[in-house]
Amino acid sequence: MSVLVFVEDPADELSQQALSFARSLGEEPTAVAIDGGESYAPAAWGQALAALTRERGPSVVVAPGTDRGNEVLAHVAAELDLPMAANCVSATPGDPFTLTRIRWGGSLLEEARLHGSPALLSVAPHAVAADPADAGMAVETIAPAGEAVVKVSERVQAHTAGVSLADADVVVSGGRGVGSADGFAVIEELAALLGAAVGCSRAVTSAGWRPHTDQVGQTGTKVSPSLYIACGISGATQHMAGCKGAKKLLAINPDAEASIFASADYAVIGDLHEVVPAISAEIRKARGA
Amino acid sequence: MNVLVCVKRVPLTGGKIVLTDDARAISTRHLGFTISPHEECGCEEAVRLIEQHGGSSTVLTLGPPEAEEQLRDMMAIGIDRAVHLVTGGSEEWDPQATASAIVEAVHNEPEPPDLLLFGNESADAGNYQVAIRVAHKLGLPVVTGIKGISVIDDGRLRLEQEVAGGRDVYVVPMPAVVSVKEGINLPRYPSVPGRLRAKRKPLDTNTPARPEPRLEMVRLALPPGSGKQAQVLGGGAEAAPAVVTVLAELGLV
Repeated sequence: MSVLVFVEDPADELSQQALSFARSLGEEPTAVAIDGGESYAPAAWGQALAALTRERGPSVVVAPGTDRGNEVLAHVAAELDLPMAANCVSATPGDPFTLTRIRWGGSLLEEARLHGSPALLSVAPHAVAADPADAGMAVETIAPAGEAVVKVSERVQAHTAGVSLADADVVVSGGRGVGSADGFAVIEELAALLGAAVGCSRAVTSAGWRPHTDQVGQTGTKVSPSLYIACGISGATQHMAGCKGAKKLLAINPDAEASIFASADYAVIGDLHEVVPAISAEIRKARGA
Repeated sequence: MNVLVCVKRVPLTGGKIVLTDDARAISTRHLGFTISPHEECGCEEAVRLIEQHGGSSTVLTLGPPEAEEQLRDMMAIGIDRAVHLVTGGSEEWDPQATASAIVEAVHNEPEPPDLLLFGNESADAGNYQVAIRVAHKLGLPVVTGIKGISVIDDGRLRLEQEVAGGRDVYVVPMPAVVSVKEGINLPRYPSVPGRLRAKRKPLDTNTPARPEPRLEMVRLALPPGSGKQAQVLGGGAEAAPAVVTVLAELGLV
């Protein structure tokens, strides 16, 4: 059984995870990258990978479960009219292939059968461990297919200020319990004291209190800080899908039955408008300021 | 221009998902329904594009009879008409079957759409492929994960995609397929007059046959719990010193 793995970049941890996943299916996989230069062209990349798949006849084609990994593999699937399973956490070769994949941003698992060969599988981020030795993996590079109609024509640089939410070591997040846009003043104060990024739940962005760029969740930013402080957030699956990567979670909520506490390491039962300013004051006191 | 936006009815899950006895679906006895967040933004974007450029917007779903509720909701925020591909029972349609049914419906449209909008991925199944499959079958360009759409003077689309460090820009001719992500806009809420108008807007139905799935769901399962037992640091403002002790242990104070 031969396995092709689409890698975006050997230095990328999720590409290394895709290689580890592929290795668990059998033979030593062949890593393939597309020589796209600066201009990403999803359909042309997919066509190149589909052509290589036709030529080599692998049993499985694996891609990382990233935006581009899923997109390129979906183009391969459409080109070859084959089924594709996105964001797999495990798979067992056979006819049909059996696999487990994530749904609802990881809040639910699906066991499925894939009827088609080769099997097209993308790998859910952090489902398997990367082998750091794969940073030096041998990668076969192929050219994109033909002249692309759809390609990146320009990169607009972001001008960001402060701590980026995705990379922050500490995140202080507010939910519906904050009550208003102005209510975020106490969240911002605590975040400033901790050098943290400010986040929020979907209820907050839907109400227009914060921009979507602050939203943590299944359809927002996925964060993995060492500490996540959830203030007035009930813990809907939509939100937890975005913050389950946090090493420690402190939840502040007046409802002792709130589902957020089932995922928390530390709990404070109370109104954030009393608790958060008290924590800020206590930090200042501890720092002697 | 004519814009067609595809949506999917999904349950409004709260904090804890409960499965049906056969573990093939989420138990929805106590849940309401909505559409995937990305798709809500797709509908809002369709309404805005028609407000700016004129033309007609259509919302399409493949789903059970009850999904008419979601189609009326989207017509209440300003979509002009709906197409309902009615499915029976609780059997799931896999991405290939879904894409084929949508393509057939597009061929049956009185006027071909200039722009087909999708959500980047559905909230529930998250297969990340229906828009791309539809585009391939229709022979149209497709760009995914878009957070900014503008129509350039010559009728092409300028599309912006968020990537690490900035935004990638694509320029494509119409007709085109675009999948969007939440954050492209802030969807409006339906007004009462909007809801009343929605009741009278045209809704075409069709009943496609479901092919055998090639990505076949066998059963669903809940992932193992976090196994965490939260340490209660206290109640109200009196908990602050205990919180700061924890912050100090984590090296933050």
